[in-house]
Amino acid sequence: MAEIVSLREGIAELVHDGDTVALEGFTHLIPFAAGQEIIRQGRRDLTLIRMTPDVIYDQLIGAGCVRKLVFSWGGNPGVGSLHRFRDAVQNGWPVPLEIEEHSHAGMAARYVAGASGLPFAVLRGYAGTDLVEHTATIRTVTCPFTGEVLTAVPPVNPDVTVIHAQRADRRGTVQLWGISGVQKEAVLSARRSLVTVEEIVDELTPVPGAVVLPSWVVSAVAEVPGGAKPSYAQGYYDRDNAAYQDWDPISRDRDTFTRWLAERLGVPVGIPS
Amino acid sequence: MTVDPAWSADEMMTIAAARSLTDRSACFVGIGLPSTAANLARRTHAPDLVLVYESGTLGSKPDRLPLSIGDGMLAETADAVISVPEVFSYWLQPGRIDVGFLSAAQIDRYANINTTVIGADYHNPKVRLPGAGGAPEIAASCREVIVVVRQSKRTFVERVDFVTSVGYGRGPGDRERLGLRGRGPVRVITDLGILEPNSATCALTLVAVHPGVSVDRVRENIGWDLAVSPHLTTTSPPTEAELGALRGLTDPEGVR
Repeated sequence: MAEIVSLREGIAELVHDGDTVALEGFTHLIPFAAGQEIIRQGRRDLTLIRMTPDVIYDQLIGAGCVRKLVFSWGGNPGVGSLHRFRDAVQNGWPVPLEIEEHSHAGMAARYVAGASGLPFAVLRGYAGTDLVEHTATIRTVTCPFTGEVLTAVPPVNPDVTVIHAQRADRRGTVQLWGISGVQKEAVLSARRSLVTVEEIVDELTPVPGAVVLPSWVVSAVAEVPGGAKPSYAQGYYDRDNAAYQDWDPISRDRDTFTRWLAERLGVPVGIPS
Repeated sequence: MTVDPAWSADEMMTIAAARSLTDRSACFVGIGLPSTAANLARRTHAPDLVLVYESGTLGSKPDRLPLSIGDGMLAETADAVISVPEVFSYWLQPGRIDVGFLSAAQIDRYANINTTVIGADYHNPKVRLPGAGGAPEIAASCREVIVVVRQSKRTFVERVDFVTSVGYGRGPGDRERLGLRGRGPVRVITDLGILEPNSATCALTLVAVHPGVSVDRVRENIGWDLAVSPHLTTTSPPTEAELGALRGLTDPEGVR
């Protein structure tokens, strides 16, 4: 049964230094507030997993929380590159960043394997690409029925997955709808999970196409209205495209970024390095 | 409203790319130039083009250009919204998508695409790019691939620094050897002209120049000794209808 907690308690109890953490969301319902709470609480040496690390991962990387990133596309959607991510990969600032790089098809398959309790996933993928040479977690497997050689990737099983959803009931059953990405698999593949929601309600009325995560597969639920901003929560608020564009100049420069960290998240200047 | 008939090289590129899409086909759309062209095609000659975005929206019918592949409008106007694992395993992998529409940071003679790193050392890159996303499997599994990218020597290189998505590998027979089931890139549309793979060598060959562009200018902006088709044509200039529809998408307020 999920515990109803505050965001601060949820991060303090569930996300520890050195953990492997997935904060998932495919453009929609990105758990920004939870990611920023991880920065505020000063977590270090995290291995972050995400198909589409975007602005919140740029913030976590720039704040020095991250040792390793497992991903398939790291960018500011519709805007361009992630400058803190780039600076970490190219210059090791504020700390060196190890990367494990996949394609979307491969990462999605890894989450499905993780959620399914399987030791690997099989797909037609990566053949002929240079990813095979640089990523140790891309191998081949021979089909026992046809003899065909296919690609195998291991599961991801995060210590903790964090997602944002539209709502939950008081027992902690979670309901989310619209673009649902890989969030169901991310929660089911994880040892622990924290879900932030727009609102906690007495009763979850059915919504067409909604993903429902029963209370007993979720560790904790925190009510955080606006917790996905500047991404969006369908039915609650729209994507703040200007905020994504504004991130580009803030993140280009270490000093501008450090000032942003201090002003917006109260992280003392100098902490990242 | 009258349409200013003067057009830019970028507009010509997007319009030429849109013309390459066939009505009632299913198109896997990357963000940026491909998304603009695919949405333009829907507003001109291909109203029933099926747009598939990797965020899991099948048959999106946006009334303006999305900034990202997961804008709410894409879900609200879709025939179906599915999970991301389902997009790749049920829809892309078995070859259900007709056309994959990609862009590139680097592209080479054999239409291999790099969106990963610039520089020879993967671990110490000159420029770290966003990475693969859906592209490797889009390039492998769609029935065919169309690439739209602005032309320069920096982008069109003899050999890409990193093969993120396979075009024709090192030449004829490589796709079959690798077990890639789609045909691969059938056309590369730039702001200067159109390239297609030679049927014997698989090397990209200039088949059309856009109006006002010389073959020399195309060659000056490409990093290898470009072959020119004996049947070289000139792209038809944008029509007023195409320009009007494009500007309605990219500049709905009419600021231009």
